[in-house]
Amino acid sequence: MSTAAPPRPTRTQAPEPSGGGSRGVRASIVLRYGVLAVLGVLFISPLVFMLVTSFKTRVEAAGIPPTWIPGDPTTQAYDSILNSDGTPVLQWFVNSMLAASAHAALVVVTAALAAYPLARMEFRGKKIVFGLIIATLFVPPVILIIPNYLIVGELQWLDSLAAVIVPTAAGAFGVFFLRQFFLSLPTELEEAAVLDGANRRQIFLRVILPLSKPALVTLALLAFLTNWNDFLWPVYVLFSPEQQTLPAGLSTLQSANNVRYDLLMAGAVIASLPVLLLYVFAQRFIIEGVSRSGLKG
Amino acid sequence: MSTSAAERGAAGDATRIDEAALGQPSLPGSGRAARGRADNRAAYLFLAPYLVLFLAFVIAPAVYGFWISLHDYDYTLPGKPFVGVDNYLKLIDPDSVTFDNFWSGMRATGIFVLLSVPLLLVVPLVVALVMNSRFRGRNFFRALYFAPYVLGVAVVAVLWRFLLDANIGLVNQYLGAVGLPDGVAWLTDTPAAWAALVGVTVWWTLGFNAVIYLAGLQDIPAELYEAAKVDGANKWQSFRNVTLPGLRPVLAFVTMVTIIASANMFGQSYLMTRGAPGTETRTAIYFIADTGLRSFQMGDAAAMSYVLTVVLILLSVVVFWLFRERNA
Repeated sequence: MSTAAPPRPTRTQAPEPSGGGSRGVRASIVLRYGVLAVLGVLFISPLVFMLVTSFKTRVEAAGIPPTWIPGDPTTQAYDSILNSDGTPVLQWFVNSMLAASAHAALVVVTAALAAYPLARMEFRGKKIVFGLIIATLFVPPVILIIPNYLIVGELQWLDSLAAVIVPTAAGAFGVFFLRQFFLSLPTELEEAAVLDGANRRQIFLRVILPLSKPALVTLALLAFLTNWNDFLWPVYVLFSPEQQTLPAGLSTLQSANNVRYDLLMAGAVIASLPVLLLYVFAQRFIIEGVSRSGLKG
Repeated sequence: MSTSAAERGAAGDATRIDEAALGQPSLPGSGRAARGRADNRAAYLFLAPYLVLFLAFVIAPAVYGFWISLHDYDYTLPGKPFVGVDNYLKLIDPDSVTFDNFWSGMRATGIFVLLSVPLLLVVPLVVALVMNSRFRGRNFFRALYFAPYVLGVAVVAVLWRFLLDANIGLVNQYLGAVGLPDGVAWLTDTPAAWAALVGVTVWWTLGFNAVIYLAGLQDIPAELYEAAKVDGANKWQSFRNVTLPGLRPVLAFVTMVTIIASANMFGQSYLMTRGAPGTETRTAIYFIADTGLRSFQMGDAAAMSYVLTVVLILLSVVVFWLFRERNA
């Protein structure tokens, strides 16, 4: 995680605890790093153990006591799940990639288009439309599961990737998130563009979108992550082994290999690697996006 | 980027504007009638793609679900007779089978919310307070604690089912190594299963709440802390009188989001405990999904999802009310 963000100069920091002399300061520094390091180990060691176990033999994975370095490192677990008929993990990986990418693109395009008039234009019904969209932010998604299953069935999308790409793109978060961002942009550039004779479409494409790149990237990342990790919905709308996404597939893998923890950990590693890599490289966008979403609540 | 979609969405003369309309974007009726109409058309062209999704997969199902709940809606049968509020009455009739299952699910959801929400509000706040000052490695630790959150519930639950395995799991091995009981049935017995489900959820989502808190803490002006210090406030007093009030909107948001997330707990229970022992850890949403989408009793399931939704909305109102601005 070398992409740590620099401290933001625009925001204020709580003052360092002062007084108590240098010994007190040093003790508090040691205490702080001690606490942080212990927490850090608690957070990371399960992930390390997952990775380690995926390279163990079947016997060692279930061995007592647990080992942190595989005695006989092997890729057997990966070999046996990647192309197995009942649990085609490679196919699931492709499905998840396609679904999450398509979903992220759909969310960013529709949300950006919708957020622009809500942030910058006056039109009849604006209050109602925006109010309705905001209201659904507070509606628990459980209410939509049953009817959406039937609607997706009517569209002939059951057991296909469309079922996990499209319906969840109707969520209000993206519109809300981008509207807030557009509102924070200065209007001078748009005014200058109008003087140059630009119309709405040109302003949107040539002024608003270029200025909003960080927000668009953040939204795309969050949408990708959410879709990649979605669990309940794919479990119920995808049935065939070859149609699963990785999270739903992991559930199948677990049922098929109850205590084959070498196989399960290999599956879990495959399901987490892309998002962890994304996180390592785009950590700042993801964390900033999440923290900003809280301040607008 | 799909500029083509954008262009299609906003094509035509309808998008033409003049400077007056843009110069005063917040003044309704600032233009002549003709321009007003043009703006209406342009605005709805921009909105159209999203509104299609929104109507099809949010508004329509919210209404359709209620209609389903008024029918004996078995997906696999041709006839779906209207039964009025029967599906709702079943939920308050102690003699019906659904009654037991539904309220046992609501009980599981309630237990999980009660156990997890306080921890998910307090522990991340402590972490955020520790992180809320300038020190070397701050962003590194922040990234570390947030890491589990980018994994999905499926990975988290499959991983922890392994670590919590009663016989070969890491947790029991290490508990035994330090002389603690090493035979706890984390996944098949309560209350251990609740501890496991809550603990795993805290591990998974702590970073999410902490990051939101941290952003809130950084928006509290440093001058307020300095003023408190000038007034002779100690650390606890400045926490009570500066930090907590400054954090109020963020606390309200985090509380709301956390309650809703915990009330929707599904994957942990589905993959780690399978509802065991018996159906004790089978949450309401788990039972609703199974009833509607495995047994295809969609009328029952829709009615239950409406009841759960109403409960959650009432809970949200209470949270709003608790965190309201108190001026008087």
